[in-house]
Amino acid sequence: MSAVQTGSAGGGRMSRFIDWIDERFPLTAMIKEHATEYYAAKSFNVWYVFGVLALVVLVIQLVTGIFLTMNYKPSAEDAFASVEYIMRDVEWGWLIRYMHSTGASMFFVVVYLHMFRGLMYGSYKAPRELLWVVGMLIYLALMAEAFMGYLLPWGQMSYWGAQVIVSLFGAIPVIGDGLVEWIRGDYFISDITLNRFFALHVVAVPLALILLVVVHILALHTTGSLNPDGIEIKEKKGPDGIPLDGVAFHPYHTSKDLVAIIVFAMVFSAIVFFAPEMGGYFLEHANFEPANLLKTPEHIAPVWYFTPFYAILRAVPSKGWGAFLMLAAIVLLFLLPWLDRCKVKSIRYRGWQFKVALAAFAVSFVALGFLGLQPATEKVYVYAARFFAIIYFAFFLLMPVYTSRERTRPVPERVVYHGHE
Amino acid sequence: MSEEASVSRRHFLTVATSVTGVVGLALTAAPFIASFRPSTRAQALGAPVSVDVSKLEEGAMVRVVWRGQPVWVLHRGKEMLDRLAGEKAALKDPDSAESIQPAYAKNATRALRPDYLVVIGNCTHLGCAPLERFEVAPADLGPDWVGGFFCPCHGSKFDLAARVMDGSPAPTNLVIPPYRFVGDDLIIVGEDTGAVA
Repeated sequence: MSAVQTGSAGGGRMSRFIDWIDERFPLTAMIKEHATEYYAAKSFNVWYVFGVLALVVLVIQLVTGIFLTMNYKPSAEDAFASVEYIMRDVEWGWLIRYMHSTGASMFFVVVYLHMFRGLMYGSYKAPRELLWVVGMLIYLALMAEAFMGYLLPWGQMSYWGAQVIVSLFGAIPVIGDGLVEWIRGDYFISDITLNRFFALHVVAVPLALILLVVVHILALHTTGSLNPDGIEIKEKKGPDGIPLDGVAFHPYHTSKDLVAIIVFAMVFSAIVFFAPEMGGYFLEHANFEPANLLKTPEHIAPVWYFTPFYAILRAVPSKGWGAFLMLAAIVLLFLLPWLDRCKVKSIRYRGWQFKVALAAFAVSFVALGFLGLQPATEKVYVYAARFFAIIYFAFFLLMPVYTSRERTRPVPERVVYHGHE
Repeated sequence: MSEEASVSRRHFLTVATSVTGVVGLALTAAPFIASFRPSTRAQALGAPVSVDVSKLEEGAMVRVVWRGQPVWVLHRGKEMLDRLAGEKAALKDPDSAESIQPAYAKNATRALRPDYLVVIGNCTHLGCAPLERFEVAPADLGPDWVGGFFCPCHGSKFDLAARVMDGSPAPTNLVIPPYRFVGDDLIIVGEDTGAVA
């Protein structure tokens, strides 16, 4: 990393200042490595904007979150009222809170799309296994963050949602009950639990998230970004040492990403201003009632982004196995790079087996998400959830079999690109 | 000193330093991990509560809070006990062999006195509070239903003795807390020393 410094002769005051910094901190070298001389394929399609959008949402969540903590009180006595206070009495408090609650859901929207992009184009395959695993850790941290954040308003759904999820740890043999008590810090979800979830939600997990995002980006910039053709652009370099199919991340990809950010901001604003509750999917109706530990809401369901896993949990008439399969549904995602035996990365050149499997997986994930929102009384929903859960698991467990039998198409030498020549 | 001796000695020192460091780290972590356990105040708040049932009519239920958990006291009249006796639904643990209850409640009615059911109202599946559904054969619960509790979260069903029915995700019957009677009309929940019927 011996970047030649830009000490241009006769440079102005600014460039002399940059030189001064560069002698003490690798500023120019870092900008080059990660932006102006980081090359990514020019054939990126719309699926490649969700990583940047996830970063944008992270910033929104951090900024709005900091401002929310200035008026929120993390105690069972005051929490619900302090959220109402933010909504009614704090200037622009409603906007800051709705941005934060909308941001939570939009985080999962962009992350799910980002992950699906990875599935389609083989972004998890060698040499990007670690990149995928770190990404999955980010997803786990995000789930923990969302779950603990949801307790903070201390509404009915906050309370009973936390009750259900924390009880899941009780399914672990031998240590389960002690572990549940340890997590709650009490014999029930109480003021103590709320206070510690607040600490974890605003300090511990965000720190871990930021660290993991940095590792994710560093890993990406080590392997290089893949593209819709699944071709390693580093293998075809010009005489200048720059990949022939690559363009610099800045200014080329950043200006394209700016368009995506503007479109995203329009969607985001539309939700914040016109449908912040999203009909009960982003903010559940039962949560407008303060927590009542003597009465479970008639119909209890987690927020939409957890419902696929919740549907799997409910599909099994046994506590231990339900919790185990729910955990397995997430763990299997981690193992994806090793379950997929096909050498070809992109779906464009893979056999029908993978295309069918991926489509079935996507359908089952959405279907499970829908079923997890439905009431527990309907028998037909339980059978449907079992059916789709089987497809979900089959996608992973049968993967070593069907991916090793794929008849793939030849992968081109260079990326397929339909831009202006 | 020979080169070799120096290397093995350095290796020993590296391992010894690392091990000491890890032990120190573990010892330092212990208080932080222990700080997550219920505090003395939380433990003190888990004291027993008393319930006066002198005004509780037959078929009526009262809820009290003990250790932050809902405790139900249901006055089962003769009519309810008859329904319980004539129950047809299959039970997962009819004799409460796998379930948690004090020895004096491990019987057919799961109670110290058959006319009063005292039970913790947290589903043994994932801790929701089941709803009381004391009516016979409602449309959504089927013709075999003779009254009991239904958990709205994941559909577990319990009978009037808080026993879980087959096909429910809950693994065991609802938990019976320790309790005792003082006289005829006062129940102390959370304490059972000197229990007399």
